[in-house]
Amino acid sequence: MLRLITRRLIFAVVTLWVVSIVVFSAIELLPGDACQAFLGQMAQGKRLENCRVEHDLNAPAYARYSKWAIGLASGDLGKSIKRSKPLEEIIGPRFRNTVILGLTAALVGIPLAIVLGALAALYRDRRADLWISFIAIFCMTVPEFIIGTLLISFFSVWLGWLPGIVIMRADAPLLDVLSKIVLPVMTLTLVMVAHIMRMVRTSMIDVLASDFVMMSQLKGVSRLRQVVMHALPNALLPTINLIALNIAWLMGGVLVVEVVFNYPGIGRLSVNAISDRDFPLVQAIALLMASLYVALNLIADLLALVLNPKLRTRGAKV
Amino acid sequence: MTGSLLSIENLSIGFTGLNDQPIFIVRDVNLTLAAGETLGLVGESGCGKSSLLLAMMGYYKQGLGRLRGGIAYDGQDPGLVSSQQLQALRGGGMALIPQNAGQALTPTLRIKAQMVEVLRLHSDLAPGAWHARCLALFERVKLPDPEEMLERYPHELSGGQQQRVAIAMALAGEPDLLLLDEPTTGLDVTTQVGVLSLLQEICRDLNTAMVYVSHDIQVISQVCNQIAIMYAGEIVEMGPRADLLNQPVHPYTQGLLASIPRLDQQTLPHPIAGEMLQPVHRGSNVGCGYAGRCALATDQCREIAPLAQPIADRWVKCHEVTAARAGEFIRPAQKLLAPNLSDSELLAVEDLSVRYQAPTWLQSLRGQQPPAIVRAVSFGIRKGEIKGLVGESGSGKSTILKTIAGLQPSLSGRITLSGTDDLAGPVESRPRRCLRKVQLVFQNPDASLNPRKTTGEILRRPLELYFDLGPGVMDEEVDALLQRVNLPESYKGRFPGQLSGGEKQRVAIARALAAKPELILCDEITSALDVSVQAAILKLLLDLRADSGVSLLFVSHDLAVVETLCDSVLVLEGGEVREAGSCAEVFKNPQHAYTQALLASVL
Ligand SMILES: Nc1ncnc2c1ncn2[C@@H]1O[C@H](COP(=O)(O)OP(=O)(O)O)[C@@H](O)[C@H]1O
Ligand code: SF4
Ligand SMILES: [Mg+2]
Repeated sequence: MLRLITRRLIFAVVTLWVVSIVVFSAIELLPGDACQAFLGQMAQGKRLENCRVEHDLNAPAYARYSKWAIGLASGDLGKSIKRSKPLEEIIGPRFRNTVILGLTAALVGIPLAIVLGALAALYRDRRADLWISFIAIFCMTVPEFIIGTLLISFFSVWLGWLPGIVIMRADAPLLDVLSKIVLPVMTLTLVMVAHIMRMVRTSMIDVLASDFVMMSQLKGVSRLRQVVMHALPNALLPTINLIALNIAWLMGGVLVVEVVFNYPGIGRLSVNAISDRDFPLVQAIALLMASLYVALNLIADLLALVLNPKLRTRGAKV
Repeated sequence: MTGSLLSIENLSIGFTGLNDQPIFIVRDVNLTLAAGETLGLVGESGCGKSSLLLAMMGYYKQGLGRLRGGIAYDGQDPGLVSSQQLQALRGGGMALIPQNAGQALTPTLRIKAQMVEVLRLHSDLAPGAWHARCLALFERVKLPDPEEMLERYPHELSGGQQQRVAIAMALAGEPDLLLLDEPTTGLDVTTQVGVLSLLQEICRDLNTAMVYVSHDIQVISQVCNQIAIMYAGEIVEMGPRADLLNQPVHPYTQGLLASIPRLDQQTLPHPIAGEMLQPVHRGSNVGCGYAGRCALATDQCREIAPLAQPIADRWVKCHEVTAARAGEFIRPAQKLLAPNLSDSELLAVEDLSVRYQAPTWLQSLRGQQPPAIVRAVSFGIRKGEIKGLVGESGSGKSTILKTIAGLQPSLSGRITLSGTDDLAGPVESRPRRCLRKVQLVFQNPDASLNPRKTTGEILRRPLELYFDLGPGVMDEEVDALLQRVNLPESYKGRFPGQLSGGEKQRVAIARALAAKPELILCDEITSALDVSVQAAILKLLLDLRADSGVSLLFVSHDLAVVETLCDSVLVLEGGEVREAGSCAEVFKNPQHAYTQALLASVL
């Protein structure tokens, strides 16, 4: 077990290292350098030279890579070319906003998806199941921006209950943020719930037909307990990775939703960084996203390990 | 009925098929059980045993339901009581011990949680006393190391241990009635003996009533005083154990008993012609359900369903009781003749070792080896010889077969065919001549026959592969093959899904024969079949050997089958040969302690 975890951890670190090399060399391989790209037409003479000196571009690639990598390891992401602030201060608040939005959506959506999936399985092919499945398929097939727009026209234009777009500074205080993100959270929740719920339903239907659920019923266990104690934990095992993937998707900043609601998150920042040709910023965001995926997958695997006794046993091979 | 613990009257279970016609899975069953009584329910797979047993708990599998009739447990019908009463009844009044305990235990819950669940629901014990009670129950069912067992998850237990946990769990609610659904099927014989003696002990000590369902009448006769024989959803004969075993009356009971291979009999078990019809096919049948296979069947049998007739302490559903009791329709058992084996050796296996895993780099660094599954096995097979390979599950029987067939590389050792052909290499590297000579038949024909090919196409494949035949000759050849395995020529056009289990296995054997092999490797090929069908396959194999002189290597866990069929036997334990010799010697006078233990477990 311990060996397994260590192995996974080492694997995660190696993955990140490889990703950092790929990200660094991708930018390196572009014609010219970061300053040339940023300055474009004006990339000449003193201006270019100053920029290069300021961002230390005259050193050989391996030296710059190791400086960058060491900085990353100690939490220093580097400097933006366009904005004179350190990257942490640019990325920090926006990433925080994305995390707030994503976490709220996850906290609302995942339990909801599990409950709905289980209910749909329990009432399989009856009216409740048909409705749940119909709405889920609708949410899965309709793009996020249409769902977002529909919600805006219903809740803010028609009912006038909620603001249609988010107007706030990137570093607004937490409570302020929370009060403004009801509609974006609803949009994300609808999309995510649909995916997870479908899988929980399928998996739950299999488990409900298993010998051990029948056996628990024939032991005289109540229906609620059969479902919660015997069926559900086994039905969730195969969905853990899908849930992790969805969280990673949320944490990456769902661009469409951020654009529709004018939300200052990491998704919009990355688009701005690319259109500004601010390569250090692009690099830092790319690496952040990669670490997020690796970390969430690691957590999902470890969680599967904790929840599935079969994987936990000594000597079990994964 | 008063005074009985459980009574079932005219119970029919099934579903409504096309045209609103009822399809019966269980039909017009009557039985009563007094407190402390033990009843065995015997029948072939698919005859409705499990459905009947589950109905006693008021449970019907998805899509099934009670069509008519009544069930009364302690005066209450489990189908009519409130859900609270039903929950109290299940696990408290009567408890189920399922067929496959490994799948009936919830994988994500510790054993303790699952035991305590029953105690909380069905006992008056204070929570503080639960742990001690669990330990006591585990000692009762002779689980080693009870403390440790409670902390484990189901997959951390062996099959036998899981079955004991299931028994302990059933006993935890102190039920008056235990319902057992094939609780030892799938266990190794030595484990089975232990579980059976435990069940006998429980009956004796706790005076619990039991309904024990099994396809194996020998297992039933170990535990039960009353036996009911089920066929095609009906109980056809029911009475005290000794009466039924010694003087079976119903033609099916007689046929069933005659088809069981037994040790020390030197006779061929007698098959029953044909196979049991599936419920959908017997739907409109108004006569006796057994008429299609019965040697005594008359027109009356086909038109009028026989009613239960009492005979002394038992009753029988048959029109021809007098003729049946005369018992002349079953031919006297055929004596087995010792074949004249030539001395020439067909297959020689020398010092064969096999392992599945290659060493990991860490192991090779430390100079360690993963354990071999088969270790230094040597034996020979002569032309026309049938050699049995016996041992418990995991002893390496199938591995040896796969290695000879070239599906599994060997670690060391030599395999030679006809003295010259080297079979060391994998299938791909073998010359076609060698491939043709060795054919393999698997346990499960469903997995080995392509469901989208007709029988004719399946048989044509090896013919095309090994022989250069014209189309006319090819068709004749396919017909001849079907004839050799006693299937009608019309089966050419059928798909495997349209065949019964025994027929599929015949097709699989015919496919092996198509290559005109010198050696057929048989991996538990009769284990999935009912005894009445198995007997016919055994006879077929003996006939094939007599006709063509083919040799067989026959893997089985059933010693009686091996003794009936084989000339010589190899006893395997943990990948090593424990004993080898002619069947007569080994079974009469076993030398190795392991062989003795195996033989002692045969019921
Ligand atoms: N849920 C079901 N729906 C329809 N037919 C079923 C169902 N379950 C079992 N059967 C059929 O009922 C018959 C009896 O099944 P079962 O009671 O399991 O027999 P046994 O335990 O004797 O092997 C079989 O022919 C099987 O195909
Ligand atoms: S009723 Fe007729 S067909 Fe049925 S078992 Fe008796 S003799 Fe055979
Ligand atoms: Mg069954």
